[in-house]
Amino acid sequence: MREEVYSGSIQRIEVMGTDDDDDFPWVEEDEYRELYKQMVLARKFDEKAFSLQRRGEISTYAPHKGQEAAQIGAMFALDEDDWMAPSFRETAAFIARGAPLDKIFQRWMGDANGQAGLSEMNTLPVAIPVGTQNLHTAGIGMAMEKKGDENAVLGFTGDGSTSQGDFHESLNFSGVYNAHSIFFVQNNQYAISMPREKQTKSETIAQKALAYGIDGIQVDGNDILAVIKAVEEALEKARSGEPVLIEAETYRLEDHTTSDDSTRYRDEEEVEEWSKKDPLKRFKEYLKDHGIWTDELEEFEEEAENRIDEAAQKAIEMDDPDIEELFDYVYGDNPDLIEKQKEQWMEAQK
Amino acid sequence: MTEKMNIVEAINAALHDEMEENEDVIVYGEDVGEDGGVFRATKELQEEFGEERCFSSPLAESGIAGTAIGMSLYGFNPVVEMQFSGFSYLAFHQIKEHAARFRMRSRGDYTSPITVRAPYGGGINALEHHQESPETFFAHSKGIHTVIPSTPQDAYSLLRKSIQKEDPVMFLEPKKTYRAFKEEVDRDKKVELNDCRIAQEGNDLTLISWGAMIPLAEEAAEEVDADIEIIDVRTIQPNDYDEIVESIEKTGRAAILHEDSKTGGMGGDIAGKLQEDAILHMEAPVERITAPDVPYPLYTLEEEYMPDKDQVVNGIREVLEF
Ligand SMILES: Cc1ncc(C[n+]2csc(CCOP(=O)(O)OP(=O)(O)O)c2C)c(N)n1
Repeated sequence: MREEVYSGSIQRIEVMGTDDDDDFPWVEEDEYRELYKQMVLARKFDEKAFSLQRRGEISTYAPHKGQEAAQIGAMFALDEDDWMAPSFRETAAFIARGAPLDKIFQRWMGDANGQAGLSEMNTLPVAIPVGTQNLHTAGIGMAMEKKGDENAVLGFTGDGSTSQGDFHESLNFSGVYNAHSIFFVQNNQYAISMPREKQTKSETIAQKALAYGIDGIQVDGNDILAVIKAVEEALEKARSGEPVLIEAETYRLEDHTTSDDSTRYRDEEEVEEWSKKDPLKRFKEYLKDHGIWTDELEEFEEEAENRIDEAAQKAIEMDDPDIEELFDYVYGDNPDLIEKQKEQWMEAQK
Repeated sequence: MTEKMNIVEAINAALHDEMEENEDVIVYGEDVGEDGGVFRATKELQEEFGEERCFSSPLAESGIAGTAIGMSLYGFNPVVEMQFSGFSYLAFHQIKEHAARFRMRSRGDYTSPITVRAPYGGGINALEHHQESPETFFAHSKGIHTVIPSTPQDAYSLLRKSIQKEDPVMFLEPKKTYRAFKEEVDRDKKVELNDCRIAQEGNDLTLISWGAMIPLAEEAAEEVDADIEIIDVRTIQPNDYDEIVESIEKTGRAAILHEDSKTGGMGGDIAGKLQEDAILHMEAPVERITAPDVPYPLYTLEEEYMPDKDQVVNGIREVLEF
């Protein structure tokens, strides 16, 4: 005898330009404008970081151009007492979270002090190893459940990271322990040169959730309203101990990092196709269509540029950390060995 | 016949030549296929040998190392790439607990002749975790060879030897010097693993180092008014370090230079060996010139972290003047 013991399906959320848009307005008009401004700031940050990298002020930068809707939409849905665990491309998410722009530049300029103070915003520092931070997202979500808190944690991760064992362990732990966790995969179609179809044979990334007994949903990641809707739905579940995996389908419009050359592995036509779905352009048109666009938004471009320039300048002018900072923060209470080495190193510099 | 190459080119050539010579040699890892690897070490291998033998794998270090072990048990000779050694920890379990132990566990029935390549070390202003020097972790994993070349010739010859070895090899590539200089590489030159190389002969002091610290050692040696012998360790483990003992019998003085931090760094092991086997020839304590015992910092503090010429010169002088 054979019988079907399981079958599952995955849904996709889109809003802009669909019937779902009938619910307009989703959020306050001011909030629409605020979202747009954050997207502009994030875009300008990217451009500035690029030119600073070319000038040698930044060593390596990982651009987020094209992923602003995914990151800013997700962050918009969170409350202040919700937590956020980034991977390395989440500069737009940091901006949306309210991290000071100069601090974000400071970290990209190789100074860890740019990451000081994040705990005040329930935000973890950037995780450079691919995928490992998902377990922290799971653990934070498990802790929320155990403490009986009614908040949630959203962790960002990439399509490439879904191949890592840590990713699968994260989903599994979250499911078993009713973690308040949302795994937000930005499927930007490439992990460096690896196209999404070669990364995994599954048709969607969202369906990976099903194997772990948790919810999976796909969303148009270039549609900021769809992202907000998806994350809001997920939050409702996660806050009561039902973890969710969200796959936001988006596209990295730039190179992987400033050390990469994406023309080696993808063709211009593809990039052009996706440029038409540029989340910033789309949102701008949407705001115009819905009569929310104002002159102030038109002028904001320049203001954003100025704010970004100022922040960058401030970060450039910041002193590099002192040598003694090498030895600080290694332990809470520095052991004698480290104190002695600190003295030696400082002495040698004189 | 010789050809001028830098270290990355030499690695590429070694991979190419091994693939050509032995069709069981396959090359994979993150972005190694079409992209040719983020440092271009696997450039054009896919074009030449096809996707069956050179391919980009999913992004999973444990997966890469673990499947390489499986493939090797079934007759292949995989050479896999960890994109950066700082991410090899995700594969560490597979390398240390499995690759290293198959021979012992099966009483010699099985071997896992994988070669795991990884760019390692600092000095290139990279992001966090892209600058680590993890050689002692692998040195501590008995059953594997941990090899670090410092010149294009050694990169070529040692990599070929590593691939041919019937044991697992961790092949750490000093990425700071990947493209720093070229030298004539003789493709016929064979080099054995597990031996040191005398990089420069001298009578007054033995300076022991490896990887990207070798050029620094050479610069520093020029600066002091003494006749310095430089030994390039090349194979971190297993290595009986007898060349070093012999050298000390001649010079009577030793300094060890490495970019890993001091505590738990290989310098301690080498110093231990010298005090066991050469103490009666020594005229001064062994000096270790290393990074401090702190995590590798973000790059604004990188120069302070990595040993520099002044530190090496001062270290050498201290031993000479003892
Ligand atoms: C454990 C680990 N392996 C390899 C790398 C090198 N690396 C950095 S980003 C990246 C691709 C990541 O792809 P994805 O998860 O899709 O995120 P995206 O870069 O597309 O945002 C790789 C291989 C790393 N940082 N960490």
